[in-house]
Amino acid sequence: MNLDIVLLLAQDGLTNGAIYALLALALVMVFAVTRVIFVPQGEFVAFGALTLASLQANKFPGTLWLLLAAGLICFFLDWRYQRRLGEGLVRRIRWPFLWQLLFPIALVLAFWFMQASSFKLSSLPLFAQLLLTLMVVVPLGPMIYRLAFQPMAQAPVLVLLIVSVAVHLVLVGIGLVFFGAEGSRTPPFSEGTFGFAGVPVNAQTLWVLGTSLLLMIGLGLFFEKSLFGKALRATAINQTGARLMGIAPVFAGRLVFLLAALIGTYSGMLIGPITTIYYDTGFLIGLKGFVGAIVAGLASYPLAVGGALLVGLLEAYASFWASSFKEVIVFSLIIPVLLWRSLRHQGLHDDE
Amino acid sequence: MMTNNSLGEQPESLTPAKGKAGAGSLSLSWSKTVVVIVLLLIWVFAPWVLPAYYLTMANHIGMVALVALGLVLMTGVAGLTSFGQAAFVGLGAYVSAVLSTKFGLSPWFGLLAVIFMTLALAFALGAITLRLSGHYLPLGTIAWGLSLYFIFGNMEFLGGHTGLSSIPPIEIFGISFKSASSIYYLIWIVLFVAMLLTDNLLHSREGRAIRALKGGVVVAESMGVNTARSKMIVFLLAAVYAGISGWIYAHYQRFVNPSPFSLHIGIEYLFMAVLGGAAQVWGALLGAGVVTLLKEWLQDLLPRLMGASGNFESIVFGLFLVLLLQHSPKGIWPHAERLYRRIIAASRSASPESRSSGLDTRAAGVITRFPAGLGHSNWPVSTLPKRAHQLSADAGYLLRAQGVEKRFGGLIANQAISLELRQAEILALIGPNGAGKSTLFDLLTGVQTLDAGEIFFCGQAIHGQTARHIAKLGLCRSFQHVRLLPEMSVLENIALGAHLRGTQGPLRAALHLERLEERELMREAAEQARRVGLADVLHLPAGSLALGQQRTLEIARALAADPLALLLDEPAAGLRFGEKQQLADLLRALRADGIGVLLVEHDMAFVMGLADRVVVMEHGVVIAQGEPAKIQQDPRVIEAYLGVDLE
Repeated sequence: MNLDIVLLLAQDGLTNGAIYALLALALVMVFAVTRVIFVPQGEFVAFGALTLASLQANKFPGTLWLLLAAGLICFFLDWRYQRRLGEGLVRRIRWPFLWQLLFPIALVLAFWFMQASSFKLSSLPLFAQLLLTLMVVVPLGPMIYRLAFQPMAQAPVLVLLIVSVAVHLVLVGIGLVFFGAEGSRTPPFSEGTFGFAGVPVNAQTLWVLGTSLLLMIGLGLFFEKSLFGKALRATAINQTGARLMGIAPVFAGRLVFLLAALIGTYSGMLIGPITTIYYDTGFLIGLKGFVGAIVAGLASYPLAVGGALLVGLLEAYASFWASSFKEVIVFSLIIPVLLWRSLRHQGLHDDE
Repeated sequence: MMTNNSLGEQPESLTPAKGKAGAGSLSLSWSKTVVVIVLLLIWVFAPWVLPAYYLTMANHIGMVALVALGLVLMTGVAGLTSFGQAAFVGLGAYVSAVLSTKFGLSPWFGLLAVIFMTLALAFALGAITLRLSGHYLPLGTIAWGLSLYFIFGNMEFLGGHTGLSSIPPIEIFGISFKSASSIYYLIWIVLFVAMLLTDNLLHSREGRAIRALKGGVVVAESMGVNTARSKMIVFLLAAVYAGISGWIYAHYQRFVNPSPFSLHIGIEYLFMAVLGGAAQVWGALLGAGVVTLLKEWLQDLLPRLMGASGNFESIVFGLFLVLLLQHSPKGIWPHAERLYRRIIAASRSASPESRSSGLDTRAAGVITRFPAGLGHSNWPVSTLPKRAHQLSADAGYLLRAQGVEKRFGGLIANQAISLELRQAEILALIGPNGAGKSTLFDLLTGVQTLDAGEIFFCGQAIHGQTARHIAKLGLCRSFQHVRLLPEMSVLENIALGAHLRGTQGPLRAALHLERLEERELMREAAEQARRVGLADVLHLPAGSLALGQQRTLEIARALAADPLALLLDEPAAGLRFGEKQQLADLLRALRADGIGVLLVEHDMAFVMGLADRVVVMEHGVVIAQGEPAKIQQDPRVIEAYLGVDLE
């Protein structure tokens, strides 16, 4: 193993690590605000990459049907809830839940119109394709919160975890139905390689590192500066307290799931040109984000990023030394972490 | 030294509730017997009448039910979860497969190796995750399940993804369990034995400790339960069940490959446990049966319906699981039980006398079982060992705190707190809300660690000791917000308090070799119930009691530990006047028995009429202590309570 290979592997590791870091951040964020361990995060990665791939193949993305169905059910449930509150017909129709009906319908119509007018989606600029993919996949986040988690927001962490795994099962199954068993690889955001310290660096690598850094800074600013971000932080620290200050837990939950879906989908589109994505690849990618998040005890954002980068590097070098055992090696990373946490653990604390 | 008739009440009401049912319970048990006999006959003759396909199905259900049983114990009873049970099944299958194909060893030797290996690996996995918050174990099992699956698939030695074949069948005394009909009996006998052992375990001292885990570790540890150990017992048992299931699987199928041991299947096992009804051993069988049949049916039906192939059944399972947890988190067992009851009731509605079934504890979901000999005819004093109540070496002080300090970030909850509790004394701790009284209780009982200061109990330093250790010394407590196990009976809740007075371990409990001790524990619990005036409600679920009774129950639970000192956190809150009088009488009786009582209370009339001395706290510091009459005149106390500036 010479220096070139070391650097090349480091580049691979950091690229994947940056994506794991984004996912780890989202996982820590969702857990802090809702106590949900968001296992289906990985499915957003797969849905993002595969939806983009179907756009580029001029196919109607299956996720759009999912969005329509989920939106209809959410709308129905919210509408029924408003009716139970005794609201009149006009006041029952409100934006916070009306969009769940109108937005998917508008998207379906737009896609249908484009296909009818034989407009090639693949001829759109990449930026527009990315935006379109985000529009299709990201709204699924708050909808999943509405359907699966909101009705049992006060349940113990363990029950929420089981629900989370069940949702993962559903989404993987749906992914297979919509995208089939074949994998897809999307073209890189821009072609070309650069030399850096004598090692060729792919343009996509720069995209990954650059935009994930931007996204992290953006998230940081959002949480530090914006009112919504502060509301989420308040909810994470003390839900009851935040509620007394007028921050509805439902709102916080939907917002944080929206952010998580955004991060997941974008990560999927970033990683699409680097590895072939199958309907079930997202789970493994998400789990590696998890390992990063567990390193951070599901609590610290900087530690989660560090842990995820470590996972990426470990994976890159493991795939060079013992490629068939790289997953085992990566998942074994949590053993020393858990051991260390276990030894440090003191006092008696009841689980929530 | 403790007199056992301190309240002088006659034990007439110690009749198990089921005794009141009279003729009704007789006919119920008669119909139950019929049901059991019919089921037994069906079970014995099933291999002769079932078509091959259904026999295979029955075998499969038996094998997965064994795994689900372990998960019921974990998820439903102990509040733990594992997604990695399939990996333990795989471990069992592969260990025995390798030993019998590569080394030509007997499957029975394989079984021993399987048990050893699953225990060892589960112990290692448990040791690093069980002390952490509840979600680390399931996350750990996801990683472990995935890793083992990759190892199975990638090891040349294990045959890679094609697996190992020509595994010998299990044989004993010349009988070979080769055919589906012969292994049927092996599988189901193993399953029934496991269910029996599990059920025995749950209805023992160790079982109560395991069931107490659901109420949180703080209460359980304060009762002297080693919660890490109880969790470990459950996890090990579940792993061994899974390993044995894998062992049977390997020698029944005669070949193994990695696919039945994936994480996906691990999730399915959990689904079975949750679906069946996670608090019942029978729930495992129900869940395993329903899920296996449903999966078979869905795999057949859905692809035809959708016109394509795919994992459609996992979509249905996932949706079903979400809806189930949202709408019926206790699974379908309670529904099945209700249906059974309705059928029984309908079949007996002709006879009117059978309707007076009295207090039906089972309907409320309580699993109680009483060792023989707990009728009202024999109300003997329990023979459990009692603590020697000699005068403590510490100058007559039971409990002595010096300069205790506790900070939460910038907030000083307790600062330089010093107080003493003597034998046969009632010491009241009063102060406005937020004065730091409950924090002090947590520090004294080892629930939280103090930042500075010293605490002695009977002359022994107990600062820095665990809650369990402190409970063992005889310092027992109640909680400000009642912390009972609402689904367990009053008697069982009290018996939990006597946990440290028993010694029998889980193995003897599973084999019911500890019945003698169990009876003594139950007698002691009944005795304490009578002492505090709860003898009428022994068999009701604790959650069904009124708040006042629940508070009294907490005192009885602490008394069952045979304490030297009692720490009671607002025992009179929410009690009516009459109940407060009774409580005061009880506390005086305890004092007469030599117990030192430290109580936090807000009701001044109650405190001043009862306590020997009073300690007043405000803003984390002691502002006054002394006799009640003096405290009532103390200007600083008046200021603290009334906000009057006297200057």
